[in-house]
Amino acid sequence: MKKHEIIQVCNLIVGYGEDIVLDTISFDVREGEIFIVLGESGCGKSTLLKHLIGLKKPLSGQIHIDGDDITNCDEATFKNILRKIGVLYQSTALFGSMTIAENVSLPIKEYTHLTQKSVDTLVKMKLNMVHLNGYENHLPSEISGGMRKRAGLARAMALNPKILFFDEPSAGLDPVTSVELDKLIVHLNKRLGTTMVIVTHELQSIFNVAHRVIMLDKQTKGIIAEGNPKHLKDHSDNPLVRNFFNRKSEH
Amino acid sequence: MDGFKDIQSCKYEISENHNGEITIYLQGKMDSGNASQLIELFGPLIKDRSPDSLTVDLKKITYLDDFGALVLVELRDMMTALKGHFNLKNAREEVLFTLGSETLAEPQSLIRVRPPNMFIRLGDAILRYATDVKYLISFVGSVCLAFTYSFLHPKSFRVDDTFLYMQKTGIDALPIVGMISFLMGLIMAFMSSVQLQMFGANIYVASLVSLAMTREFGPIMTAIIVAGRSGSSFASEIGTMQISEEVDALFTMGFDPTRYLAVPKILASVLVVPILTLFSDVFAIAGGLAVGVLMLDLTANAYILQTVKTLSLFDVLLGIFKSSIFAFLISWIGCLRGFRVRGGAASVGQATTSAVVSGIFLIILFDSIFALMLRYLG
Repeated sequence: MKKHEIIQVCNLIVGYGEDIVLDTISFDVREGEIFIVLGESGCGKSTLLKHLIGLKKPLSGQIHIDGDDITNCDEATFKNILRKIGVLYQSTALFGSMTIAENVSLPIKEYTHLTQKSVDTLVKMKLNMVHLNGYENHLPSEISGGMRKRAGLARAMALNPKILFFDEPSAGLDPVTSVELDKLIVHLNKRLGTTMVIVTHELQSIFNVAHRVIMLDKQTKGIIAEGNPKHLKDHSDNPLVRNFFNRKSEH
Repeated sequence: MDGFKDIQSCKYEISENHNGEITIYLQGKMDSGNASQLIELFGPLIKDRSPDSLTVDLKKITYLDDFGALVLVELRDMMTALKGHFNLKNAREEVLFTLGSETLAEPQSLIRVRPPNMFIRLGDAILRYATDVKYLISFVGSVCLAFTYSFLHPKSFRVDDTFLYMQKTGIDALPIVGMISFLMGLIMAFMSSVQLQMFGANIYVASLVSLAMTREFGPIMTAIIVAGRSGSSFASEIGTMQISEEVDALFTMGFDPTRYLAVPKILASVLVVPILTLFSDVFAIAGGLAVGVLMLDLTANAYILQTVKTLSLFDVLLGIFKSSIFAFLISWIGCLRGFRVRGGAASVGQATTSAVVSGIFLIILFDSIFALMLRYLG
């Protein structure tokens, strides 16, 4: 059975003022898949992500998240969409003045009616899930970069959103920690069925986790490839795409 | 058996036999949408009936996430408290693993960490204070060295930045300094006139306003406004740079962060705050003049003549000298607090508050020292 499209992007034009970064792009993300947005630096990956999570308004076009258009909706619908998504920021964006447990419990306390004891238990479960048990009372500044990423992931997953967005999850991590994070992403995707949208240009991560990718291009300001990365690596018609996946320079 | 009832995509059915055994059959989804309702529903029921055994059948559960697992953990804990048996039927391996996790059995709460006792906190505060004083002294030395280097190597001066901070600290502050000083002059003239009118000495309102503002209130008021506007801004700017590792980047690129960041700010403040103080004096005298002319039947000419007669060059220069010292203290403490930022955003907030509070304290402290020196040195 074909899974339904949980994110639908139609004729999207995004940019800053007069400068158009992405021109009339359309794609969709299916429920439960790990979808990667990739491309060279400056091609608009992070800009696209900011539009997908509602931080920025596009110049034109629509972005449907689970059926609701995030670019043109009332406040109640927008809040409802935000409940369906979680974001792991590149810098993790954990609150520095709060412990890891307090960071994770923040959305749970805000959006559920659970008692403090239940919240504590749930936070432990979340931290177990990302292998951070025992670090509940640490401040973000007291743990390593890889642990901060996992804590950020636990906070992003606090309310079990339908879609998780990752902005450069492997950035700044050593290869071993990066592979562990990739494994965690795949495990969570299988276990919870969460749709994952990842913005990255880390080739190894792409091959490790992606079900499907789109590749953005700075020159054409659009999508130049879509599909399975392992297939695109050798069989793409576009030499730019093949070069990207094979780490080859044009010059 | 009462038949299946519904709670937000989860159906349940409760069966109870005469041996004090309860079985709950669950069907559908157990997730964040219904976890708290399920706990609120089953909790009182179990406490009320105190069964010897509770069995939860998950055969028809289609989706169960960690919120769902939480419901089972809560039910298990309730049964443990009642010294009864808790059984799961048709549970998936992950659910059994979650329930068997030892870390969930830890009794202490996560969030509320017990604060250390009074003596530990006192010792900690003393150590922090000592470190603060040490850094304070070393920063004085660092600023002196940076200024010396800059004067010996004028090309290293960041002229553009100095002009920018002169604009931010001086020109941008002029409207608020002017407005507050004018109102201060107005209030002082108005309050003193009530007393002086009784002796027919209205003209001395001009003397009082001009002398008080030029020697004391002008420099102090201006310095307090600058501490609130620029001292806090310096602390937050450098503090933010500190947490985003920009200060480290400067250091590793071979720049002296004090010379690069603090010198332009301190120099700009020392240059513009005395000028700002002069403006403050003029605006305050204008405020006094407005009261004198409009309420005390004095002529503008007489008021100005009395002001000129009262003020000496020493009074004006004293005010300017004091304000330049205040400017140095405000910008120095602002930069120092910024460099002391560690951790995250909350630390930047603390540094900003501390910069303003310490700045105002230093202003009042040094003004008292000046008052004593003038008293004893004549």
